[in-house]
Amino acid sequence: MTDALGGHAEVIVIGGGIMGLATAFNLAKLGQKNIVVVEKSYLCSGASGRNGGGVRAQWSSETNVRLMKESVALCSEFATQMRINVWFRQGGYLFVARNDARAKDLEKSVELHKAHGLRTRMLDAKQAKEVVPELDASRIVAASYNPDDGVVFPWPFVWGYARACAELGVAIHTLTEVRELLTEGTRVTGVVTSRGTLKAPLVINATGAWSPEIARMVDVTLPNHPHRHEICSTEPLKPFLRPLVADLSNGLYFSQSMRGEIVGGIANDHVPDGLNQESSPLFLQLYAQALTETMPILGSVRVLRQWAGAYDITPDGSPIVGFIDEIEGFYQICGFMGHGFMMAPIMGKLVAEHLLGKSTDPIFEHWNLRRFREGKLVPETMILG
Amino acid sequence: MSDKIMACRCEDVTVHEIEEAIARGHRDLESVKRYTGLGTGWCQGKQCARLCAALLVEKGGEPPSSPITPRPPYRPVSLAHLAQLSLQKERGG
Ligand SMILES: Cc1cc2nc3c(=O)[nH]c(=O)nc-3n(C[C@H](O)[C@H](O)[C@H](O)COP(=O)(O)OP(=O)(O)OC[C@H]3O[C@@H](n4cnc5c(N)ncnc54)[C@H](O)[C@@H]3O)c2cc1C
Repeated sequence: MTDALGGHAEVIVIGGGIMGLATAFNLAKLGQKNIVVVEKSYLCSGASGRNGGGVRAQWSSETNVRLMKESVALCSEFATQMRINVWFRQGGYLFVARNDARAKDLEKSVELHKAHGLRTRMLDAKQAKEVVPELDASRIVAASYNPDDGVVFPWPFVWGYARACAELGVAIHTLTEVRELLTEGTRVTGVVTSRGTLKAPLVINATGAWSPEIARMVDVTLPNHPHRHEICSTEPLKPFLRPLVADLSNGLYFSQSMRGEIVGGIANDHVPDGLNQESSPLFLQLYAQALTETMPILGSVRVLRQWAGAYDITPDGSPIVGFIDEIEGFYQICGFMGHGFMMAPIMGKLVAEHLLGKSTDPIFEHWNLRRFREGKLVPETMILG
Repeated sequence: MSDKIMACRCEDVTVHEIEEAIARGHRDLESVKRYTGLGTGWCQGKQCARLCAALLVEKGGEPPSSPITPRPPYRPVSLAHLAQLSLQKERGG
């Protein structure tokens, strides 16, 4: 672990989260040799080991619906292709609306979903109660439901990519921190790590909430910033809750994992920006109040553990993907808010194709950092938390 | 034999599974926790973390600098109880 690192690689991926590993895996699968992943802590230490594992195609923007439809399909193949049980369960996502304005927004999204061949449909309060009989339906005016959305257990998902990377010859160095980026003129040429210097013509910044720190090393200012998001899980219960239930009015979401626990979180405006992975009692209060109002029967259920991770927030809710115009060879795949886990299977694939000149997907135009300079933002509104 | 010995009783993790995780290259306690799920159940590692740490060192892994990150609450607490907290005002905006 502490031996020195040196020499040349073709590709350096900074960050061993789901984005870095999915990108490295897909690059290697397409034949790219000599890829090195550098992770400052252990795998699963960042947001990728701390998330709720929600995977959905219900989004408000055309791009996210299209990409997430593919990502859900990739999730359902993941276990067999990667030979690891990721506890994927397609119980659907139920978005509840508490007022007419919100219901109208959901209706608009549902039209978009239908156009993309999703099975999303609008439900009235009574129908929502048929999907989740324990809901207090008196507080709901309508809901949208896609039975094909689901949840995964994030840890094995990360290990699946890590193992597949290793099998394809990708070197993964944990407990190795990038401290400097090397440049010659306007081109990046490698990284200085806590264990030595590694050279490469292509450096990928996949450090999620830490990505502005990495970009700052070459004087690039990224507009994303970290924001703590908390989550908790309860004692395991017999399976009874089919979908993940989400409420966009307060950011409450909860689902039952394959391990039986109720896992969920809620938006919390009291949290200052910044990197902070500590958990707070205030979160438990906000979550418990909202959850027991929505599902009164859960009052007697006990919380076993709470933890926190960093959301990677961008000004328009869309990620930052692609080369930076000013620095040759420096690629970003960050800014995935609170939904980067579910996007990783499709993003890893597309980014690898893009890097090898095999993808012309419009996201590489729309999601580039330069959109902020050009004022061409790409809003997404179905954001949780 | 070690496939029959429980290390983490809450999550049914056997000594054998921990040995396998170590053999697969998980050499620190946080990784072994996230690979096997040990310490994430009812007792939150209060019973198994020491045993697993000792096992890890015995098999050549990294001696943990601290036990796995302790997660609140200290004991399981019901959602109804938590819903009665009133911390919001103290914290302010
Ligand atoms: C509580 C919570 C719940 C969430 N729920 C969901 C959900 O239900 N569904 C969903 O899709 N998404 C969810 N998300 C979001 C999702 O977890 C993230 O979008 C995703 O994991 C981001 O992956 P990443 O690889 O970009 O970042 P990370 O997993 O954070 O990985 C970045 C890595 O970079 C490393 N790093 C940082 N600095 C350096 C350095 N200098 N040198 C080397 N390495 C470095 C870090 O240690 C880290 O491991 C949630 C997030 C949180 C916090």
